[in-house]
Amino acid sequence: MTDKHITRRRFLLGGALGAGAMALAGCDAGADSKTGKLLRSAESLTMSAQRRLQGRQALAREYTEADISPRFRVNGTSMPDSQVYADLLGKRFVDWRLKVDGLVAKPMEFSLAALKLMPARTQITRHDCVEGWSAIGKWTGVPLAEILRATGLLPTARYAVFHCADELETTLDGSGRYYESIDLVDAFHPQTILAYGMNGKDLSVGHGAPLRLRVERQLGYKQAKYLMRIQLVDSLKDFWGGNGGYWEDRGYEWYAGI
Amino acid sequence: MKPEQKTVLVPRHSLMTRLTHWINAICLGVLLLSGLQIFNAWPNLYWGQVGADSDHAFLSIGASHGQGAPQGVLRVGDATIPTTGVLGVSSVDGQAVERAFPAWLTLPSFQDLAEGRRWHFFFAWCFVVNGAAYLAYSLLSGHLRRDLVPARAQLAPGHLWHEIVAHARLRFPKGEAARRYNVLQKLSYLGVAVVLLPVMVLTGLTMSPGMNAVAPFLLDLFGGRQSARAIHFITASLLVLFVLVHLAMVLLSGVWNNLRSMITGRYAIEESTIHHD
Repeated sequence: MTDKHITRRRFLLGGALGAGAMALAGCDAGADSKTGKLLRSAESLTMSAQRRLQGRQALAREYTEADISPRFRVNGTSMPDSQVYADLLGKRFVDWRLKVDGLVAKPMEFSLAALKLMPARTQITRHDCVEGWSAIGKWTGVPLAEILRATGLLPTARYAVFHCADELETTLDGSGRYYESIDLVDAFHPQTILAYGMNGKDLSVGHGAPLRLRVERQLGYKQAKYLMRIQLVDSLKDFWGGNGGYWEDRGYEWYAGI
Repeated sequence: MKPEQKTVLVPRHSLMTRLTHWINAICLGVLLLSGLQIFNAWPNLYWGQVGADSDHAFLSIGASHGQGAPQGVLRVGDATIPTTGVLGVSSVDGQAVERAFPAWLTLPSFQDLAEGRRWHFFFAWCFVVNGAAYLAYSLLSGHLRRDLVPARAQLAPGHLWHEIVAHARLRFPKGEAARRYNVLQKLSYLGVAVVLLPVMVLTGLTMSPGMNAVAPFLLDLFGGRQSARAIHFITASLLVLFVLVHLAMVLLSGVWNNLRSMITGRYAIEESTIHHD
């Protein structure tokens, strides 16, 4: 009786300690290790759970004018460091064009003036940075769905990739260029807009002039600034690190709803 | 006839209670350490919907840069507490580094928000599944009602006071009285299982912009995303306090007997038996 107890106790204790030790041994393991892959499996679980609960239309909370943050933190790039951008800014973006191509029926280019003539949506929403801070701003822009209706989509299109004018990290191969991607569920969400206005004024350089993405059900790093081109694709593998975004290539989740 | 003391092993914890207890312990450990890593990315707490640099933080951990080396400080309201060595500024490989919580309290030890988040969300799922299994079992088996909800008589002020004084004097129930949880145990276990841990889950979900679209009422319940973040941190602190007291009680009231009961399920009590010669 006693012997049996000890064996069972050892087994249970061993199991509990073993699991703890396993967890701790993998502590500083990188994203590509076995532990890293196991931990990453929670991301798809989170995404499928949230998508199931949200449905396609559930909206992010919209706030009132009174809630707008007096000072909205400028994060990431505050001024793209390139001659191309400097020239565009110098002429107040009259030469800037948003290129929409890839798996679309009709590749198109939009000037800022053309975008401002399209149906617009204004929304006062909360911006949540992955670091932990939040700020509320009023965004005005064209629903991405309007753009995609104009260009049409080929049946193989699955993601919209956003190419930006800024390099957050200066590298020789250009891998420090900012980019982001969303799938078609978010691309056609009513609050997903290409914003040219913030708090009733034209978007400032610090916040992504002339155009930035707003995907309101996800974190700040999805809200790509300084948009230059939207490319419709069937896979994210061919872009830089293959994870679908600048921060995603540096270990952050592609699905940033949490 | 003479009374005689005899040690008997009585069944104390069901297999489900023991299993979920240890899984929960592992999850909470990982969640705490990875949570502090996440906190370090923005070591300021605010009340309300928003909070960033220009907003008033009611708690922040940082470094003050006067003359000489940076000094670690904890600011709570108007108070500034020097915390060099632990909070704000601490040593990493012999080098003084500016970071809110020290390397030995974060997972991973080095500053890496992305990896901290991966640990946090993986173990958050484990924690939620485990906790839901425990709560479902406790409700269905009657464990909650039978073992955790205090009886009316136990809640009488006189009885409560008696238990508090006895605990303070480190006099723990013996014999028949030790068969069941005392009222302080019941209240603290119940508080943790049905209040603090569910609040952790709900405030955690309130910080998710995806979940805000699903359940916007959570934002109203906790007073905003930044309030939810603050409550998440405060509740985590209360859980740490609970664990410290819990471990102290386990040590003081018979560490081997307590450990055995949570591993094999059997708890030793002294029983008086009356022998008829």
